[in-house]
This record gives sequence, structure tokens and C-alpha cells, in this order.
Amino acid sequence: MSGSSPSLAMLKSVIGALILTLLPLPSWLEVIRPGFLALTVLYWSIAAPRAGGITLGWICGLLLDAFEGPVLGEHALALAFLAYIGVREHQRIRSKPIFQQSLIVFAALATYEVVLFAIDGWSGHALTTPVRWLPTLTGALIWPAAAAILARSYRPQT
Amino acid sequence: MVLDQRFDWLARAHSVLQAATYPVELAVSSPIEAWRWLQNSLASRDSLEAENQRLRNRMRDLELRSMRFDALAQQNAALIGLRHSLPPVAQRWLPADIVNVQLNSLRQRVLIDRGSLNEVTAGQAVLDDDGVVGQTMHVGPWSADVILITDPEHALPVEIQRTGLRTIAVGAGDSTSLGLPYLPANADVHVGDILVTSGLGGVFPPGYPVARITEVHKDTVQPLAHVRAAPFAHLDTDRDVMLIWFRHDSPASPLAEHNGELTSGDRRFQPLAVPPKPQQPATTAPTATAPASVKKSAAKAAGAKAGTAHKSGAPAGKPGAAARKPEPPSP
Repeated sequence: MSGSSPSLAMLKSVIGALILTLLPLPSWLEVIRPGFLALTVLYWSIAAPRAGGITLGWICGLLLDAFEGPVLGEHALALAFLAYIGVREHQRIRSKPIFQQSLIVFAALATYEVVLFAIDGWSGHALTTPVRWLPTLTGALIWPAAAAILARSYRPQT
Repeated sequence: MVLDQRFDWLARAHSVLQAATYPVELAVSSPIEAWRWLQNSLASRDSLEAENQRLRNRMRDLELRSMRFDALAQQNAALIGLRHSLPPVAQRWLPADIVNVQLNSLRQRVLIDRGSLNEVTAGQAVLDDDGVVGQTMHVGPWSADVILITDPEHALPVEIQRTGLRTIAVGAGDSTSLGLPYLPANADVHVGDILVTSGLGGVFPPGYPVARITEVHKDTVQPLAHVRAAPFAHLDTDRDVMLIWFRHDSPASPLAEHNGELTSGDRRFQPLAVPPKPQQPATTAPTATAPASVKKSAAKAAGAKAGTAHKSGAPAGKPGAAARKPEPPSP
């Protein structure tokens, strides 16, 4: 460990992901916009599990809740859970080729979306359009690109 | 989450978070704003003049239309039995800009650049120059979330202007249509009817234009008609909106939510306290030989007084219970 802490890169990438999340897009692009913040959290919990981990997920989730969630803490819980999956399985995921990584990411994002869906339903803000599951797919599709971009900002020492 | 949902304990935390994310939101929106500003400042003289002319015409039209409005309002006030002319129901209004960010792709929400520092409160009416836009939801210090009337979670009490039939308009999830799912198949409703707010629900006063009916399907086997309406407000192209504060003493103001509760009724119509019994004057004591009886009757009177005081205390306490904060209206 040569003192290159990933926290600065983390902060930058989280802000970048927030901006990408908020950017107004035409409506057909809007529905397939992947969850950039979820991808970022997942990447950091796999690449640097000890640096951010679940805390990073929780904080990012709170930020997301501030402008998106019907109830405070919804995304915080879901992203913390996603980070937990990433941290727990980081060694197994890292050793996989990128295509298989995408499949795992798909499963992880689907879990994340299920948590959100469940909380939406329990708190009485249910959204049952099938459109809400599209970002899971696009998230998995852009995972190779996102991982490559994020890897440039910080190289994990294994 | 349960705390946030059931109580308002986390409202402060939410407001702080909203303040924290506001700079990011502004930063995201700033390039687009800058582009607009550039376009505006480079606009040619011709187009400015044309716009000026258009606005002038519009102002003249509006003035012509509102010329007889004051007289009509007075006449109407007299007709519905109010002797004094009504104060205008809108007390104060404040223009607000829509910050150009996408809050949630699946819900119809926008962010405006006014918050609790501008005395904006949650559940406040937001209008634009053509109709109802929505109401504020989460309020931060400098910004507020607005839930649009087209959000699938938003239900707006409306009435059909032509017939006075009251119903509820529910958002359909896209910015161009509202659904009226609770109209029976035999309801008198036609394409082209205008929906206005009905004044129920405690957010919007009656009479503000909402939408025009665009589609009516009546199926004889279905108990309910399938009715769609297009909102008047330009929900997808609006850049500035109006926040309205309503005068609560105006009879046309929306009924505040805490005035009535189904279980205990309207506070103003609680049964009156029993009036205190008139105290027996001491001079009516028949003879001087009955000081004991006088004392007794005085004691009785005092007891009666205490009793009535107790009784009158009870209804005074009851509205206190009735004033208990009800569940916030779910938007």
C-alpha cells in the first residue's frame, strides 16, 4: 500500500455519478438511464472493500434519498445492501472475466432494485411499471465501460 | 424509514440533506441555464419586439376579460349570501424557477428554487399561468420538491365546471394526461368539459382550471367510465411557476385539514357548554329562620357552578384532542 488512498477518487466518482443521475435527458433515454450511483458503489466495494464499503453505500444512498426517495433511507438501505454484496464477494467477482462480472453485476443490481421495490410497496408508494427494471439491464450492460473508467482513477492493490 | 413515513421526526434531516444536495443540483442545471442565458442575450431585436407585441396583446385581452370581474365577484358574493365583498383568496404569490434536473424518472417531480427561507411549506399550491401544476412535497432551505398533478401518486379533487360533478383526478404517469377513474358510466361528462379544482382536500381553493377532458369511453358492462383529461398547465415545458399563499379567513380558501375529523366532527360545531344555572339571589330566602337552608342552597349553587364549570371544561378539552395532528394528506 503506497499511500495512494482511494478516498479522493471515490469522492470524485460519487460526485460524477450524482451529476449523471441528475442530468436531464430526453424521455426515451431517461427510462434506460442506469443507476450510476449504484454502479459506482458496487465498483468501489469490489475494488477497495476496506476503504468505503457499506458506509460509502449508506452515505451515497442518503444523498440519493434527498432528491429521489419517497421516504428517507430507502436508497440508503438498498445501497448499503448492494455494497455488502460487493464487499462480501469482492474476491470472487474480481477474478472473473469482464463478461461474467457483468452477469454478477446484473444479479446484484436486480437485488438492489428488489429492495427498492419492496420498500416502495411497504411504504405505500408502489410503482409497478415494468419500466423500472430497465436500468438494471442497462447497468449491467455498461458495467465493463464503467469499471474501466473507474479503474483508471484508482488501481486497487491486491 | 418507518419514522419518516409515520412521523415527521426526520423532516429536519431531510431538509438538511436537501440543502446539501442543492449545490450539486444547481451545478448540473447550470450549463443549460447558461445556454439559455446566452440565447436570451443574443436574441435579435426583431424577435424581442415580436415578443413584446405578443405580450402587449395578451395583456390587453386579459384586461378586457378581467374588467367586469370585480363587479361579478361582488354580485356573486351578494348572491351566495355574504354581505361583504370577499377578500381575494390568494394572499401572496412568489414566482419560482424550475431547476433543470431530473429527480426521478418514474415519478413526476420537479425541483424549484424556493424553499423554507422563502416561507414555502410542504403541501403548498403551485400554479402556472394556465392552470394547476402541483404541490410542494419536501422543502429544503433553498429548494423544494414539487409533485406534479400527473404523478401517479397524486390525486386532485376536481369538479366538472359544466355540471358541478365532483370527482378525483389521478395522475397517469406522463406529463400530458390525467385519469378520472371514479366516474360512474352514467355520469354526465363529455369530451371538452373543463375540470376545475373543487376546493376539497385543503390544498387548492375552488375554481382553478386543471384540465380539459379529451377522452370518454363508456362501456355498458363496466360500472365505471374510462375518462382521460389533458392538463392546462404546460408541465413538460414550464420553466417558471407560481407559489401561492392563501388567505385562510377567506370563505373561498381551501378547508384546512385539521378543522374537522370524522370521529369528532368540526370544532366549530361542538355542542355548547351548559350555561351556568342562575344563582338564587339571597334575598329570596323566605324567612330569617332558615339560615341553614340558605347556606345549603348556596352550597348547591356553588356545586352546580362547579359542575357546569367542569362540564364546560370538557368540550374545551375535546377540540384539543380533535386538533391532534392528522396524518398528512398523502399526495
